[in-house]
Amino acid sequence: MNMLDFITKLLAATLAMGTSLAYATLGEVYTQKTGILNLGMEGIMLMGALAGFTTAFNTGNLYLALMMAMLVGGFFSLIHAFLCITMRANQVPAGLAITMFGTGLANFLGERLGPASNGYNLTGMNIPDKFSNIAIPFLSDIPILGALFDVSLLTYALYALIPFAWFFMYKTKHGMVVRAVGENPRTAASMGISVTKIRYLYTVIGGMLAGLGGACLSLSFTPSWNEGMTGGKGWIVIALVIFSTWNPARVVIGTLVFGGITSLQFSLQAAGLKMVIPSQFLGFSPYLITLVALAAMTIINQKKKGSFASPSALGTSFAIDDK
Amino acid sequence: MKFRLEKRDYRSTRMAVLVPVVSLLVSFVLGAIVLLISDANPFQAYAAMIKGAFGSQTKLQYTLVKSIPLLLCGLAVGIAFRLKFWNIGAEGQYVGGVIGITWVMQFWTFLPTALLLPVGMVVGILFGALWGGIPGVLKAQWSVDETLTTLMMNYIIIGFAEYLYFNAWKAPRGNMGTVLYPKEAWLPRIWGRVHGGIFFALILVGLLWFVLYKTRWGFELNMIGKNKRAAECQGVSIKKNIILAMLLSGAIAGLAGVIDAAAVTHQLTKGVDAGYGFTGIIIAWMSGLNPFISIVVSVIMAALETGSDALQMTMKLPNAMGAVLQGLILIPLLAGNIFIEYRLLVIKTRKEVTA
Amino acid sequence: MSEITTDETPVVRMVNITKHFPGVLANDQVDLTLHRGEVLALLGENGAGKSTLMNMLVGLYQADSGEIYVKGELADINSPQDSMALGIGMIHQEFMLVGNMSVAENIVLGMKDLPFVPPMAEIREKITELSKRYGLQVYPDKIIQDLSVGEQQRVEILKLLYRGADILILDEPTAVLTPGEARDLNEILKKMLAEGKSAIFITHKMDEVMEFSHTVQVLRRGKSVSVCPTKSIKRVQDLANMMVGRDVLFSLERGPYNPGEVKVEVKDLLALPVGGGKPVLDNISFSIRGGEIFGIAGVAGNGQQQLTEAITGLLKVNGGTIYLNGKDMTNKTPLQIIKTGVSHIPADRGRMGVVGDMSVGDNLSMKKYRTVELSAHNIIKRGLVRKFADRLIELFTIKTPNQDTSVKFLSGGNIQKTILAREIDSCGGILVAVYPSRGLDVGATEAVRQNLIKQRDKGCAVLLVSEELEELLMVADKIAVMFEGRIMDIVDAKDAKTEELGMLMAGVERRDI
Repeated sequence: MNMLDFITKLLAATLAMGTSLAYATLGEVYTQKTGILNLGMEGIMLMGALAGFTTAFNTGNLYLALMMAMLVGGFFSLIHAFLCITMRANQVPAGLAITMFGTGLANFLGERLGPASNGYNLTGMNIPDKFSNIAIPFLSDIPILGALFDVSLLTYALYALIPFAWFFMYKTKHGMVVRAVGENPRTAASMGISVTKIRYLYTVIGGMLAGLGGACLSLSFTPSWNEGMTGGKGWIVIALVIFSTWNPARVVIGTLVFGGITSLQFSLQAAGLKMVIPSQFLGFSPYLITLVALAAMTIINQKKKGSFASPSALGTSFAIDDK
Repeated sequence: MKFRLEKRDYRSTRMAVLVPVVSLLVSFVLGAIVLLISDANPFQAYAAMIKGAFGSQTKLQYTLVKSIPLLLCGLAVGIAFRLKFWNIGAEGQYVGGVIGITWVMQFWTFLPTALLLPVGMVVGILFGALWGGIPGVLKAQWSVDETLTTLMMNYIIIGFAEYLYFNAWKAPRGNMGTVLYPKEAWLPRIWGRVHGGIFFALILVGLLWFVLYKTRWGFELNMIGKNKRAAECQGVSIKKNIILAMLLSGAIAGLAGVIDAAAVTHQLTKGVDAGYGFTGIIIAWMSGLNPFISIVVSVIMAALETGSDALQMTMKLPNAMGAVLQGLILIPLLAGNIFIEYRLLVIKTRKEVTA
Repeated sequence: MSEITTDETPVVRMVNITKHFPGVLANDQVDLTLHRGEVLALLGENGAGKSTLMNMLVGLYQADSGEIYVKGELADINSPQDSMALGIGMIHQEFMLVGNMSVAENIVLGMKDLPFVPPMAEIREKITELSKRYGLQVYPDKIIQDLSVGEQQRVEILKLLYRGADILILDEPTAVLTPGEARDLNEILKKMLAEGKSAIFITHKMDEVMEFSHTVQVLRRGKSVSVCPTKSIKRVQDLANMMVGRDVLFSLERGPYNPGEVKVEVKDLLALPVGGGKPVLDNISFSIRGGEIFGIAGVAGNGQQQLTEAITGLLKVNGGTIYLNGKDMTNKTPLQIIKTGVSHIPADRGRMGVVGDMSVGDNLSMKKYRTVELSAHNIIKRGLVRKFADRLIELFTIKTPNQDTSVKFLSGGNIQKTILAREIDSCGGILVAVYPSRGLDVGATEAVRQNLIKQRDKGCAVLLVSEELEELLMVADKIAVMFEGRIMDIVDAKDAKTEELGMLMAGVERRDI
């Protein structure tokens, strides 16, 4: 296999893997932009993967499956919103609780919702249909970039969603509200904006997108269910939000980099190339890179508080009669 | 009718006791719903869990053995929490401890067997401390958010551990896991399956209580956690204390790993990331950072785990039920926490009053 | 001030307004009337109920009972949008602006009939047109956090005008302005009044009332105690008495001025901001002797906070020296400086002065818990701490249920007393007090000032930063004026003239006065 082929295949794998990350990251960007930190991503994505897979397994309808994944994701993030916004709980343990609950429940149900023939286990089952790649003629034959035109519907949807998410945030009046609520909720409230409503809305939307991201894994990437199949991707999403400096447009960069590194391992094996670096090192390298990049970005941010800064009210709760 | 939350002008101790208890009950009710959905009888299931955790002397011993690393991780996380530092990395620091003691047990053959355990423990503790110290330094020196750094450190070291037990340190026989530690260097049992680690845990509880509540350092940690800026104004060094606290926190989590390895698993192998670090977070949160309450909470959490193992054996239910319940306890606890500082008011709108 | 017509229907009438908060009756059957083209000054101490009353007019709170009539019609104001629809808008003390968004975005944020994609070009034009009409210089594309305080206030005013407000409420508008900027504000207000707009401004400064208003209404402890035309006030003293309810002492007892040796010496202090730019502290030099109160005047935000932080070790300086009690303490840690004998009463008592969730007793012991007085071998002796705390609570008359109550449950005045008690008890010759009477009622303010003078009479060197010229004139021996990080001049308090100080505060050089 020549270099061009390899890179094309790598890009393809990156896009497939990155799709899941991108949906969840977009969701969390919006959630955090309004000031709510949702660390429940890992649990929500896993529940989304489960919900999607079960629905597809039982009904064969992929679109219904996506809807269920989004509903489930929305439900879990609704709990998170309730805890953080109405009950003013500390957002860090609240998110961790959602992750623990979501992960536990998903693994639990994964062993109960399967067919009796498999001991009620969903592991090892196949869904009748999956989101497979659709190639656009001519464009998909271009070396390297051709991979962009040979992806699943889920990825194609992203090509439209990401620019829209950027446009919505910076050019529309709703985006203005989102940014104001996360930066200075007191001001937003004084302008008649219901900070509570906005935060609920975008936390739930964020959760829905995360559920969708999880479903991308079980319905397209590896169409199957496995216990704990998100394998920490939910945490990478949190890191990606920071990389993207809370800007939907920049989500592209992070997802490509991360998707790329994670895919590198498999792509190299598929190409039959001998691994110089032990596979486990490659396995934990995304986390190491996240760590280093996080430290670097924080330090840079301190030198210039500019477009790299987090929303000022991130992680805080707001009540109108707080003195 | 509208509901409104109003700040109290005192801290309700009644609520501080009521809320955790009610949360426990709520979680069992919610758990029952989950069980019902999956076609299981909740009463049967809970009964099986209680029997599985406490039913016989052996089972009780299993539960106690499990509670030791949980308690230690809970204490470790609790120290960091005192400073409002989110140490999500106890899991990784635990693994660091196991790596440390394994290194000594397997490769420091120049030591007499009698010294393997003590030296191994020290090295393991140091590894744990290091793994906790790094995020501590990053936060103290450059204000890098600790939630993510501690989390990332987990996955890095777990991945590294995997490399060790699959690859570099793998025992010649079998396809994973290091060589078992020499029998003479194991941490001995003292009562059935319960091992000497329990002494370490209990002594640590007492020691920590003393340090946190009686000493100057404990006072300073309290100040930092409750108002960093004011503490700074009083001359307390924030940087130094964050680093020290994280070194201690990592050390204790490392100790948890060391003890478990020396007494129970006797090797580094798959499953070293048993989740004690994450459960430790719940324990710390639920105990209100009081070391003595941590003991009770750890036993409950351990019971949930051994209980759900029994659940799998007797009722063929997935043992993820334990994790579900643990998550379910935290949620009402977090929701109810607010009632300690706020009271709920029911307000009749003006329309209702004039009607 | 021009004449106002009182025979028309008033633009605003608040009738019998009552509002409760937990434990406090904020407004007690208050009536308020505002006519077209009128400027009403709402005067009262902190906690008198002025802001609460106005917050109800703009829909942030709802009254428990009473009615509000706007332009003759009964109004049901449940949100800021309701009040804006009626033409009422408020400029709060803490500006309601989003720092990282532009002026234009801030002005149209949350407006109901804004299209999905707001037409920014049109908006910019309208803003420029309005700003020309009222003489408010504002650039629509600048980012809020890059603007000066005065500019930000102008954006706030423009925000209200853009949305069609004709009744403007201003909360302590001149608190952040220099005397010159305050006069500019007055000109802008006059232009608006000429167009038929009306204004209420909340203040606790009596000279503002006299200069800018037609009518003054005094609130005291939630009740309205008087309403009269400003012209009818003969003595400012009368206004003050109405505000407080008793004869206010305007002078305090102090010993003779007998300064001792130099205890604080600051030379050529230079501090640069992190991201580069103009120095925050620009070659500051001064000295303070024992037995002397050295006041620092100036509009907040001109480097005063940074100066005190540099002296107490909380801020690193890039150049110059600080000598405390004869030792070089430049860039040393707060702990080392505390050990040298420096006590600090910080600007923000809640955030810097006390740990709210810890008890009164614990807070009192925060300066001495390291010493043998309260501890031994790293262990804090609780018995000693309790006796120590009891003593201080009595000595400084701190009102608290007991020493185990969390300090956050105390009133502002008692929190300040706790800080005073702790700092004065441990004072080693140097006391740094930063805006110590901010937000306190008259009684507590007096207590603070008495304590400062007592320390000075004992031989302490006191550095007092204050926003109120009258406080400095009353209490200080010397006054330095800071502007943009520089000391404009240092004068003897007994010779100082308010006008001169005002000009120095505005940046006018001494030689140009």
